[in-house]
Amino acid sequence: MSEPILAISALDAYYADFQALYDLSMHVMPGEVVAIIGANGAGKTTLMRSVSGLIRNAPEAIRYRGEAIGALRADQVAARGIALVPEGRLLFPSLSVEENLLIGGQMHRPGPWSLERIYALFPVLQERRLVPSTALSGGQQQMVAIGRALMANPDLLLLDEISLGLAPVIIKTIYDALPGIVEEGMAAVIVEQDIAKALSVSSRVYCLQEGRTALEGRSDVVTREAIAAAYFGM
Amino acid sequence: MTHAVTRSSRTSRIAAVVGVVLLLGLSAAPWWAGRADMRLMGEIFLYLSLATLWNLLAGYAGLVSVGQQAYVGLGGYALFGLTILVGVPAIWAIPLAGIIGALVAVPVAVLIFRLRGAYFAIGTWVIAEVFRLTAAQVSALGGGSGTSLPADVVRAMAEGRDAREALAYWLALGVAVLVIGLAFAILRSRLGLALTALRDNELAARSLGIDIWRTKFIVYIATAGLTAMIGALIFIQKLRISPDAGFSVNDWTAFVIFIVVIGGIGTLEGPILGTLVFFALRETLADLGTIYLIALGVVAIVVMLRAPSGLWGLIRARAGAELFPISHRVRGETQQGDR
Amino acid sequence: MDWINAIVQGTLLGGLYALFAAGLSLIFGVMRLVNIAHGDLIVLAAYLGLSVSTVLGIHPLVALALVVPIMAALGYGLQRGILNRTLGDDLLPPLLVTFGLSVILQNGLLEIYSADPQKLQAGAIETASLQLGSLALGYLPLLMFACSVAIIAGLQWMFYRTALGRAFRATSDRQDVAQLMGLNRAHVFGLAMALALAVTAVAGVFLGIRTSFDPSIGGGRLIFGFEAVIIGGLGNIWGTLAGGVVLGISQSIGAEINPGWQVLAGHVVFLAIIALRPRGLFPRMD
Repeated sequence: MSEPILAISALDAYYADFQALYDLSMHVMPGEVVAIIGANGAGKTTLMRSVSGLIRNAPEAIRYRGEAIGALRADQVAARGIALVPEGRLLFPSLSVEENLLIGGQMHRPGPWSLERIYALFPVLQERRLVPSTALSGGQQQMVAIGRALMANPDLLLLDEISLGLAPVIIKTIYDALPGIVEEGMAAVIVEQDIAKALSVSSRVYCLQEGRTALEGRSDVVTREAIAAAYFGM
Repeated sequence: MTHAVTRSSRTSRIAAVVGVVLLLGLSAAPWWAGRADMRLMGEIFLYLSLATLWNLLAGYAGLVSVGQQAYVGLGGYALFGLTILVGVPAIWAIPLAGIIGALVAVPVAVLIFRLRGAYFAIGTWVIAEVFRLTAAQVSALGGGSGTSLPADVVRAMAEGRDAREALAYWLALGVAVLVIGLAFAILRSRLGLALTALRDNELAARSLGIDIWRTKFIVYIATAGLTAMIGALIFIQKLRISPDAGFSVNDWTAFVIFIVVIGGIGTLEGPILGTLVFFALRETLADLGTIYLIALGVVAIVVMLRAPSGLWGLIRARAGAELFPISHRVRGETQQGDR
Repeated sequence: MDWINAIVQGTLLGGLYALFAAGLSLIFGVMRLVNIAHGDLIVLAAYLGLSVSTVLGIHPLVALALVVPIMAALGYGLQRGILNRTLGDDLLPPLLVTFGLSVILQNGLLEIYSADPQKLQAGAIETASLQLGSLALGYLPLLMFACSVAIIAGLQWMFYRTALGRAFRATSDRQDVAQLMGLNRAHVFGLAMALALAVTAVAGVFLGIRTSFDPSIGGGRLIFGFEAVIIGGLGNIWGTLAGGVVLGISQSIGAEINPGWQVLAGHVVFLAIIALRPRGLFPRMD
């Protein structure tokens, strides 16, 4: 057994003045895809923001490759190889599509991802590479957001609600691209509202409820009843 | 348990009594203080008034002006113009200067309210520069080199030098009481409620149906008028005005801002405390000249970075005291006294 | 002919005002900071030019080779040491802290250099001019104008064509997301201020060659720069150059009518622009 790439232990995190996570523990193994599910307000986005450094916590609460990173700034976390696709995409409106991708790669971390490869993955972005990112459809913007994170050649990719507000056919396109993304050993944490989708792409799943872990298990064996119980606290 | 909502606290009631006694003592200063002390106190009252007004603008209405010297100079020039060119007695020229200041502020506000935030600040400075350069073109008032108040105008104010000094002192004290009283009344009124809401959250205030433009406009016009009146009083003491002295950004805005920042912005007590600190520093360190000004700048920066609510903020955080009963306190009947 | 001359001289002067404005515009664009001490920093650069050129006995334009990096380093230090702590949703801290900085700089310069007016000596080039009919164009104003246009063009290129410019724009858009891209906000802001003060260094030395200066003139230079930004339209670098030129022409035409109206005429045109076109002459499209 190898060491986990990400290990969270006893994490208490705050969103504004409210405590959003209580004594949370979880881990991700190298190359593993882990899904996080839970109702709105369960603390999923706070968890993503904590791991990526947008919310700063106790140093020891989050370890990445054995290093305590809980108190690092987001840019320091990013430099170590963790990339976040934030909820709501949050592209840079005054940058073109290609510039959004280039800024994602501005740390020049070595790895398989380049502009060419992103364009091969999402060909529509190449056609529209010079337009402002605000001129794209929601689905295309999500492709840019994912491409922007991949350009950093991360070892751990965090995807926060990437299907939110998109048409089913677009969601399918994006999820169809996922296996190709993680096949080269990249680990990923996926926050997803669609439980079936979350289970189908992940090997393990954590269900959060009111800031605590209510359920942890292998995605292929957890039962709908167990999830329902964990989800709604029944 | 029943609740009572009160504004006064024991501290504020004590402060009110002390304030009245202090005011009586200060009113009698011409009988117990020397001429130099009276001049200094007069200057303190005028700075206190300027600071209270700037605090109302920046600390409550969010109108951060670095151009209030526009109205100090305008008031001073109105006084000189009215007495020298029109022949109005100096005593009457003072309130008239205030009215002129408020009237001039109307078109100015309409214009510079188009600038947002920090650009508004520099816009106010441009206005002050326009006033200064215009004053320098008025050759009847000495143009660029300025002019003195003629001896007969001065003599007509009161019999003898002592009486004149006392009058100037009382006017300064009076205007300080007026300004602080007015600021207090405004903050307890509906307008004050709107201002406090505005200061805390402009977006929320808008959604509560507060007309932000109108609220800010009223505050700007009122402070402009009062600032012009103070300007007239300042130059009644000085007896001489020039464009550079009247529209000095250092004297009438920089010092005033430092007073408010050091004392505590957004409170009525802050400017009072700040004025006392400012004059204490000035009287002890002014011989150092520019070094003193550098030190003042450093202190203001340190306070802004380390204690943004100023000295009064530090005191209030420790003691929870409030000298002016403005905020509402909810108190259970079963509780005794004040927290 | 006097009028044509006034317009030409005003245009050349406008290049200098655009340089005053460029630094102001850059830092506002990147971090929404309005630096009240900007004018005093211009004056500081002029004094640095004076000290460097007299101590080393070199031409003030050559002194730029030292003044520019010194000002850039100062800008980076200032931003990381003080100004970054003032940034946030509240408008007051940056405004008041830079106001305090302005007073410190002004009095510091007064303490070191006294209130006596100074001037940078640029030698024979100061009086040489190009004769076009009855129009005399000084080589120095021409050179300065060309430099100003080149610097503005360089800033435009940097902002829209380089990785640094991309980082500036991204940080300006969304600071926290830019942080996720590995951009340290504090460092990016430091670089923006360094660049702004590098431009300011050139502006200050040019100012010192053109006219005499003393520690008290910073406020006026801040206002000229600010007026150029607003006249040109916020967020438009070429607009800022146009704004500077409009301001320069207004001033020289004002001076042509009455010498006392030079600066006043510029302010009046500025106020007219806010009244008639509050977004400036060339506002950015978005």
